Amino acid sequence: MSNVPTDRKYARSHEWAREEADGTVQVGISDHAQQALGDLVFVEVPEVGRQLQQGDACAVVESVKAASDVYAPVAGTVVAVNEALSQSPELVNQDPYKAGWIMRLKPSAPLAGADLLEAADYATLAEAG
Amino acid sequence: MGRRTPLYDQHVALGARMVDFGGWDMPVNYGSQIEEHHAVRRAAGMFDVSHMCVIDVRGARAAEFLRMLLANDIARLKQPGKALYSCMLREDAGILDDLIVYFLDPRWYRVVVNAGTRDADLAWMRERAQTFDLEVRERKDLAMLAVQGPEARSRLASLLTPPDARSALGLANFFGAQLGEWFVARTGYTGEDGFEVMVPTDGVGELWKQLLGLAVHPCGLGARDTLRLEAGMNLYGNDMDESTQPLESGLEWTVAFEPADRAFVGRAALEAARDAGGGRKLVGLLLEDRAIMRSHQRVQTSAGDGTVTSGTFSPTLARSIALARVPAAAAGVGGQVQVDIRGKLPSARVVKPPFVRHGRILVDL
Repeated sequence: MSNVPTDRKYARSHEWAREEADGTVQVGISDHAQQALGDLVFVEVPEVGRQLQQGDACAVVESVKAASDVYAPVAGTVVAVNEALSQSPELVNQDPYKAGWIMRLKPSAPLAGADLLEAADYATLAEAG
Repeated sequence: MGRRTPLYDQHVALGARMVDFGGWDMPVNYGSQIEEHHAVRRAAGMFDVSHMCVIDVRGARAAEFLRMLLANDIARLKQPGKALYSCMLREDAGILDDLIVYFLDPRWYRVVVNAGTRDADLAWMRERAQTFDLEVRERKDLAMLAVQGPEARSRLASLLTPPDARSALGLANFFGAQLGEWFVARTGYTGEDGFEVMVPTDGVGELWKQLLGLAVHPCGLGARDTLRLEAGMNLYGNDMDESTQPLESGLEWTVAFEPADRAFVGRAALEAARDAGGGRKLVGLLLEDRAIMRSHQRVQTSAGDGTVTSGTFSPTLARSIALARVPAAAAGVGGQVQVDIRGKLPSARVVKPPFVRHGRILVDL
């Protein structure tokens, strides 16, 4: 049973997006996603300043077994990345919704308009597989 | 749904993530692949390898048959119980499979082949055995566990009667013995000491539970893969297959060209490749930068391109390691190559496998 906090929204490709007080959007992968990937051993984060369209492959999370793309849940500009992941990729496994965040975006449109799922709907999707 | 081993329900009960492997539903991990890996390097872990295929070859001409069939020479096996690693080749020296053969007695050899190739191997062996008047029997009545790690042998032996325990602990490396209902062999695929145990299928569940009770960590195919790669051992289907020959797969040491008059399947093609020289070699790679090598990635060398055949993150080294097939001219140990990882070209150093053996790192980091 994976954890799905209700203070953020989710992409069907298993990323979460949470609006911060300063209007930026923090992005990471869901608890369900980290469980499915297994022990992460490498995270490749995007360059700060990169412009992303919704759905762009912008980061890579690698488990022992395989590499998986992370897709931008909203369009925007990368304003910060989680530098701690270069030394401690396991933070994504241990704390996917806080210490394991991947990047922060300055969104090019309000989050409310993005095609994202509410927690309950994402939980149903994750449950199904 | 794939084929299931007798331990399927136990894997599910332990919370294993099950995946398809060569047509079998097998556990890839029981939670943390890295913890499982370290359990084997530091103490003891166990793997259900019942998907592998045990074949008994029996008859007066069994030795003659296997000397014709295999690239390694079973005449090297002088003592009962001794095992040998070999390739089984096509006429063009393409590798049909890699296997272990145990010499049980002069009329009885036991061959263990890979899961994904079992049906093709059996057909190949039976066809060639026809003129030898042999029994080639698939031992579907046997399940197999690999119990590996520095503590593995003593924990398994504690389940045996005192005389059998002494016999098991007295086995030299690459020897096996029938002890009661179990065939216990000091072999493995992890680079650690340990046993592989063949037991009747109806008793393997009990053995599994007893080993769990002795804190032998259940380990899945994920850890099995990182352990074997650290140990520099090839995986059939990744590092070699029917399109590759032993000499380009790091397996020269398993080909017995002597005696010169032993005719075995693939010999002529192998000799031609040996005499021609050059070609490709399988080497170890240690990535100098932070990224992870994966199979099928392109390897850029001064002598032309090669390919990663197996790549992973090594839990013991905390670095990425790989096996790669590269032009022979670029196969020298210490050489630098670049690996194409999503368009970037980080550097890797050519090293001689194994990377790790008996818990010790054997390459310079």
